[in-house]
Amino acid sequence: MNDIVLKAEGLYKVFGRGADDAVKKLRNGASRDELGGATAAVIDASFEVKKGEIFVVMGLSGSGKSTLIRMLNGLHPQTAGTVEVGGDSITGVSPAKLREIRRHRISMVFQHFALLPHRTVIDNVAYGLEIQGIDKAERLKRAAKVTEIVGLGGWEEKYPSELSGGMQQRVGLARALAADTDVLLMDEAFSALDPLIRREMQDQLLELQQELGKTIIFITHDLNEAMYIGDRIAVMRDGRIVQIGSPEDILTNPANDYVEQFVQDVDRSRVLTAESVMRKPRVTVHEGSGPRAALAAMREHEISALYVTKRDRTIVGWVRDRDVLDLVRKGEKSLTPAIQSDHGAVSKDTPLVDIFIPSLEAALALAVTDERDRLVGVVPRVTLLATLGGEPEAATSAEPVIEPLPTDVVDKVLGASSTKGDA
Amino acid sequence: MDIRIRVGDWIENFFDWLEATLGAFFDGLADVLDAIVGAVEWVFHTPPDWAVILVVAILALLARGWKFAIGSAVGLLFIVSVNQWDNTVESLALVIVAALLAVVLAVPLGIWAARNNVVSAFVKPLMDFLQTLPAFVYLVPALALFGIGIAPGVIATLIFAMAPGVRLTELGIRGVDKEVVEAGEAFGATPRRILRQIQIPLAMPSIMAGINQIIMLALSMVVIAGLVGAGGLGQDVSQAIASLNVGLGFEAGLSVVVLAILLDRFTASFGKGMGLYAAWSKRRRAKREDDEQARIDAAQETVGGRRATGVGATA
Repeated sequence: MNDIVLKAEGLYKVFGRGADDAVKKLRNGASRDELGGATAAVIDASFEVKKGEIFVVMGLSGSGKSTLIRMLNGLHPQTAGTVEVGGDSITGVSPAKLREIRRHRISMVFQHFALLPHRTVIDNVAYGLEIQGIDKAERLKRAAKVTEIVGLGGWEEKYPSELSGGMQQRVGLARALAADTDVLLMDEAFSALDPLIRREMQDQLLELQQELGKTIIFITHDLNEAMYIGDRIAVMRDGRIVQIGSPEDILTNPANDYVEQFVQDVDRSRVLTAESVMRKPRVTVHEGSGPRAALAAMREHEISALYVTKRDRTIVGWVRDRDVLDLVRKGEKSLTPAIQSDHGAVSKDTPLVDIFIPSLEAALALAVTDERDRLVGVVPRVTLLATLGGEPEAATSAEPVIEPLPTDVVDKVLGASSTKGDA
Repeated sequence: MDIRIRVGDWIENFFDWLEATLGAFFDGLADVLDAIVGAVEWVFHTPPDWAVILVVAILALLARGWKFAIGSAVGLLFIVSVNQWDNTVESLALVIVAALLAVVLAVPLGIWAARNNVVSAFVKPLMDFLQTLPAFVYLVPALALFGIGIAPGVIATLIFAMAPGVRLTELGIRGVDKEVVEAGEAFGATPRRILRQIQIPLAMPSIMAGINQIIMLALSMVVIAGLVGAGGLGQDVSQAIASLNVGLGFEAGLSVVVLAILLDRFTASFGKGMGLYAAWSKRRRAKREDDEQARIDAAQETVGGRRATGVGATA
């Protein structure tokens, strides 16, 4: 499934006099400060949004992201470039056609909710349907359903001023959902909410998106929010899109210093998954191979335990060198009696924050499996620490833990010095 | 060297020309205005004064509550007792007609100015001009065009009183939260619909303040209009000035004050949720909401019960 729902190409927005000239200058490589009186808010923005995707545009205030999103539904006419929604161009069309597209294709959720204060919740939710010309009984029925979905059942006849901020934004969301458009524009939709409510709304948005399969374009200045809800993120700076990529892409391969600086403060443990930090397991054995082979492998790699898999690499468990040694001494031909099944493997899309404890509980580097339980990698504890520190490569140069001296040696020395003292 | 600019002559020539070419029109307009003001006056004048006072007191009770009801009854009784009832009714009729016409002109003009920057650029200085030109100056051309009587009073009053109505309407509509207007656009509403469903309702407090100002300015102008034979309280005031009659001046002046307070409080109370009427409509609204909610709840139950409960906890 690779349907492009929304496509923006070479979008420019310049405010002030001589806008067209300014675009020409920018195309010829002029910088934003060389435009004289004109102010370039968006410069050469191109991107495609796929059906059912959450596309996040992230940037600080003044980066042009709010202007950009308003060009996607024509609230701000573009200075140059094109926007297509569902195959129809919204640039250079008549106002009537533009209204038609806004009614049926693309709806919007606003930062400060933008509810009609003189209308009840249900009438606000039904607003888009009312403009679409749907008769009253039908639109109230549909609005009631959506109000229920966003969790505002029982509040239908209240006025916006009687609701908390989070609930008001649910109304804003319900209004956009009720219009039943394919594309949802969300302009800093959760930025005005306090952190706890924001988290709740993010979770709800993800849930709704799973359920309804809407295509969402979400604007935010909060990188953590972008990383949490975005399938793909476009990072904006000074009117330009500097990088488009998945959250992990942006975190691990920042396109330039700006993005790198930006992602420094991100809570990596919530964005990165086991898959992105795991290493190839150094060595494993098949359950069919005997204790001797297992012991030889451990000796060769100087390790004291390893994972046991089936032929198709499905994880079975792990073995310890002492247990295998016992088997070899007893002359056992099968490895099975030594296998311990509490391998504690995690799936590869587990966020790092959830693998700390499993990693502590595992006897060797934590096993990572795919959706069919096959061993695809391991996460040593050093790697985990190095990743959180922002430099995964550091893991390779990690100093080994210094082993304490054997107790009997220390005892001997201590014993000797104490007798000397007594003498 | 004589550099005197003959502005006065030009304006005089203009009005002479106006009268010569459109004289019949102004005469007709004067007759219509006379008739309208006469009709309004008749409404207040036909019933006995105590009946009018009773009706006003009841309206006051509905609009603001019992204190205002008692206050207005006492005020009007005072007017009757100083023998200014007839004059007050005449002035009131003139104010009502002039203010109504001013509102009918000012509000649409303000809306137009709010939606069109070119119009706004013309209207703003024009309103400055109308508001600062000394009120007496209006009377001169009005007299020239309409002759002595009620009509020049109405016209001068409505021009003088219009300005704040235009300004506050424009200000109110421009001041409507930009995001809410954008919301209307984003869902594909037509500009007319946005005006009707979003801008005007949200600008209502400001528009109402403008209407209140129109009425107050109209009242102050009506007194001045007494000078040109518009009758009413203004006539007694100007008579008192001419004959240095302190007593008469104060009786008429205090009646103006009573009328001003009444008009101001009445118009200021619209939409503020005060008085008996507001209490009734609030109760009716609450009941209607409850019924509606019960109906929606019932409909949802049959669909398959509530999905999320305890949302209130997020409040």
